[in-house]
Amino acid sequence: MSVKMEYRLGPAQRTVDGREITLEVKNLKVYYSTPTGDVRAVDDVSFHVYKGEILGLVGESGCGKTTTAMAILRMVQPPGRIVSGQVLLDGVDLVKLNESQLRQVRWNTLALIPQGAMNSLNPVMRIHTQIAEAIVTHEGKQPKDKLRQRILDLLAMVGLPSRVYDMYPHELSGGMKQRVCIAMAIALHPSLIIADEPTSALDVVVQRVVGQTLLDVKERMDVSMILIGHDMGLQAQLVDRIAVMYAGHMVEVAPVRAIFAEPLHPYTQLLIESIPSIKERKPLKLTEGLTHDLRNPPPGCIFQERCPKVMEVCRVERPKLRQIKPEHYVACHLYE
Amino acid sequence: MGGLTWNYILKRVGMWFLTIWLGTTIIFIVPRLAPGDPVAAMIGRMTAQSGYIENAAQLIESWRARFGLDQPWHVQYFRYIGNSLRFDLGYSLANFPSRVEDMVAQALPWTVGLLLVSTLISFIVGNTIGALMAWERTPGWIRNLLPASLTFTSIPFFMLGILLIYVFAFWLRWLPASGAFGRGLTAGFNWPFLLSVIQHAILPATAIVISSMGFWALGMRGMMITTAGEDYMILAQAKGLKPSRIFWMYGVRNSILPQVTALALSLGGIVGGAVLVEYIFAYPGVGYLLYQGIVTSDYTLIQGIVFMLVFTTATLVLILDLLYPLIDPRITYERG
Repeated sequence: MSVKMEYRLGPAQRTVDGREITLEVKNLKVYYSTPTGDVRAVDDVSFHVYKGEILGLVGESGCGKTTTAMAILRMVQPPGRIVSGQVLLDGVDLVKLNESQLRQVRWNTLALIPQGAMNSLNPVMRIHTQIAEAIVTHEGKQPKDKLRQRILDLLAMVGLPSRVYDMYPHELSGGMKQRVCIAMAIALHPSLIIADEPTSALDVVVQRVVGQTLLDVKERMDVSMILIGHDMGLQAQLVDRIAVMYAGHMVEVAPVRAIFAEPLHPYTQLLIESIPSIKERKPLKLTEGLTHDLRNPPPGCIFQERCPKVMEVCRVERPKLRQIKPEHYVACHLYE
Repeated sequence: MGGLTWNYILKRVGMWFLTIWLGTTIIFIVPRLAPGDPVAAMIGRMTAQSGYIENAAQLIESWRARFGLDQPWHVQYFRYIGNSLRFDLGYSLANFPSRVEDMVAQALPWTVGLLLVSTLISFIVGNTIGALMAWERTPGWIRNLLPASLTFTSIPFFMLGILLIYVFAFWLRWLPASGAFGRGLTAGFNWPFLLSVIQHAILPATAIVISSMGFWALGMRGMMITTAGEDYMILAQAKGLKPSRIFWMYGVRNSILPQVTALALSLGGIVGGAVLVEYIFAYPGVGYLLYQGIVTSDYTLIQGIVFMLVFTTATLVLILDLLYPLIDPRITYERG
């Protein structure tokens, strides 16, 4: 049974498969200018995030995960630029907003939990000042004790003691800093939080704590979240659906159980096979460095050069992201 | 936590005492290492000037007794240290009845006034220029104009001083060429006097500001570029903070730290460092006094000025050390 359906390209949709959506990214293209041509970091990517779900965005380094996140935030740094596409957050196209409109959207409806939590806090400002400035910038001045109580509540919500309130970033551990970032992200009840590898600099135990904090916060606030990462094990524990990126393209999107039970795209299969297991020690199947030049993608499938199941048609025609099973999308000629 | 700790204050005050004691001791030792006897040398000079001097040997003995040079060295040393601590710097050799501390006390306000003000102006203007040069939101025309303003920095300040005197004092006749205030005015808090002081200070101050601000601008520009790459700058932008707040509280605030250290070091040079500027503008400050002391071989005067130099440098560094934890909370936690 294969329901062949073109991934939605229509006007802004508030529901997909009968569920309400928070974010919809449509045909997003982000290129970086270089002297020898544009690097297509994100090339025609479309996906959506349901209300109250965590979408895992995975893929190897350089596949365009972080660039996608930065494009949603409209914070792609030069020489990068958004070439085309739509980023619809609660129905508003962020790509079309001007500078001051963007400032209002930022943190109010769209918050970021940054990649390098170690240096993401201003070293010369106390924790409460950094949380307060996010609140005051968007809501205006408010009574001191009310603001103080609100910040203390936020800290308590992420499991931090109240003494953190007066501390400086250098007095906190990595896990505590990351939880401060989470507290800051939920301060204004945003619709969507983008967490860019929020646990990558932490040790395994602290990763679990921070991951659990993210889950708690999501449950309590009913917020949508994009969790960027390459740790498939952590993704399996935290996310509802997984979107797999390769070389600037979305190759597979599916609920987390489905993708671990039956990965469809050959790249996803290799990615899941590469998760180390204590039961059986196996050689790494996925090799690095065979990706094509992103300035000059070959005709046909972008994974053809590394794909173990490459066919004739893969060299000629680029597969589109299609729905194969309910909620399971894949871009591969094997399933046509 | 954070800010000043007693341990830190005690350490810094201890360093302040140690610096002054070491400096004073070196001032004591160096002339005694030099070959010859200062009194004999002085009598020798007098002999050369006025022919034969009667009872030269007795004269030398009585003068040695008068200056305490007949005492064992440790007695001389402790007496010298005791006198220095009471700011008793002895008599000037060249202007005998005048006391060195009076001469220095008369010159010090001029030097400190001129150099402190011009160094601070240079620090503020230079750092602002440097920060704007590195800030990507700075309008293009300002960014092109700023480097041009720094070309004067490559001119040595004494050359610049001569140029300023030529243009503004001799050619345009807008400002006085030398001195600290007009003749015939009574020193004190009255308008004609203060106005005259400001008029006289403009040219030397301009020479110092223009020639030194490039140093601050280039240092600041480099620091701002480094800071712009920090993770907290990304989070600040994602938080939707106003650009002006990101510029001052995130960019400048973090980039200024090493600049303040450099300021502490350059403040040390204030008392003695302006010899050339004060000489060119015949400004009655400590630099000019030092120049006169060297020309007339006035050893006690030179020693006295060097002592004041050590004292003010150490004190200014102490003040900045005590202020530093307020701008960088991490500082009191560093070892050493």
